[in-house]
Amino acid sequence: MLEAVQLECVRGERTLFAGVSFRLGDGEMLYLQGKNGSGKTSLLRMLCGLAPAASGEIRWRNEPIDQLGDEFRSELCYLGHHNAIKDELTPLENLLSSARLAQESLDEDAALEALERVGLLGRADLACRYLSQGQKRRAALARLVHEKRALWVLDEPYVTLDKAAIAVVAGLVGAHLQRGGLAVLTTHQTVAVPAGAVRELWLGADDATQARFQLTRC
Amino acid sequence: MLILIRAVIGRDLRLAMRRQADIVAAMFFFIIVVSLFPLGVGPDPEQLRRLAPGVLWVAALLATMLSLPRLFADDHRDGTLEQLALAPQPLGLIVLGKVIAHWLVAGLPLVLLAPVLGIQFDLTSDALLVLTLSLLIGTPALSGIGAIGAALTLGVRGGGVLLSLLVLPLYIPVLIFGAGAVDATVTGLGPQAHLSLLGALALAGVFFAPWPTAAALRVALE
Repeated sequence: MLEAVQLECVRGERTLFAGVSFRLGDGEMLYLQGKNGSGKTSLLRMLCGLAPAASGEIRWRNEPIDQLGDEFRSELCYLGHHNAIKDELTPLENLLSSARLAQESLDEDAALEALERVGLLGRADLACRYLSQGQKRRAALARLVHEKRALWVLDEPYVTLDKAAIAVVAGLVGAHLQRGGLAVLTTHQTVAVPAGAVRELWLGADDATQARFQLTRC
Repeated sequence: MLILIRAVIGRDLRLAMRRQADIVAAMFFFIIVVSLFPLGVGPDPEQLRRLAPGVLWVAALLATMLSLPRLFADDHRDGTLEQLALAPQPLGLIVLGKVIAHWLVAGLPLVLLAPVLGIQFDLTSDALLVLTLSLLIGTPALSGIGAIGAALTLGVRGGGVLLSLLVLPLYIPVLIFGAGAVDATVTGLGPQAHLSLLGALALAGVFFAPWPTAAALRVALE
């Protein structure tokens, strides 16, 4: 269970948001919305422990994440704004090396299967520098196919993807929720996820320091 | 733990092999800087022998500096650094792997080139051997200490110049003992004392530097 209590984000002199609280149970997805610059990415980075909150606390299974440290990170899968893939490596090599660095066992067959799911099988041996933006994003998202960690934090996963790829990713998120996983994601597109309860959080809904949190669909 | 370090080294070496221009550029820089000195100061063998240790070591420092800015910058730009920071292992270990990979790519070629370049300075075979040995022991310290500077200047505009200003003063002890070891051989004193101190610096550099580097990287990521 992921819980945020009275989070505040300050960038320079400006308060991006304050008093953001939510609670996310197993099998639930948080759909983070807000205008450009409302602090969505900042909130996601806070949830991962990459950036400290100006005030407030984030708890994972009732313990603050900065105390859990590695224990929390071993259950977290973060996909940021950047794809975290190397232009010099092929999609297959990228997938295998990111699994090795995360100390997960992923053999070549599983990796190829993941690339097939995101429609990159024909490009598995081509250096990522020759891929289009959307294909690079697919290469990054291929990580999710065999991802078993409980909490997925995805920053704009659908950006630059075509409709078919969006459906695949939504399916992966749905399957993850069905297994009892949690997901937090930002997007400007409304994409239906096939399963799981969806909660919505609006950043900067009424004025800069207000956030609205509601359960929209179960 | 070892598996993680090996995975980082393997990845960085593979990336370096796909981008050989960087390695070759640093090697040619080293060769050219060292070769300019005999042309500039004249062919007097006595003078060249005296200059050799300092020239080779300073050139090695500068050649190492060339590749330092990219140590973390590429990973920072494409988001890989965030992933490494979120790995459920200490970031210091990952940095240690990157430091070792940096040495293999940027330090080891200099060690292998040094004896060949030393011949231009009319060094005796003893002195050439000690030169190679001192570089072999000393260059890992350069990679380790340099990593701290590379992490501190990550994402800073004009970071390259700032990196040199930060790191070069820290290289002074390595330079003194490295060049000193060769000097001591040329003048007939033994190089052992210098090499021991150099070894101590290298151990400290490689095994303690990754932790402040990891702390600096976390700050850079915020």
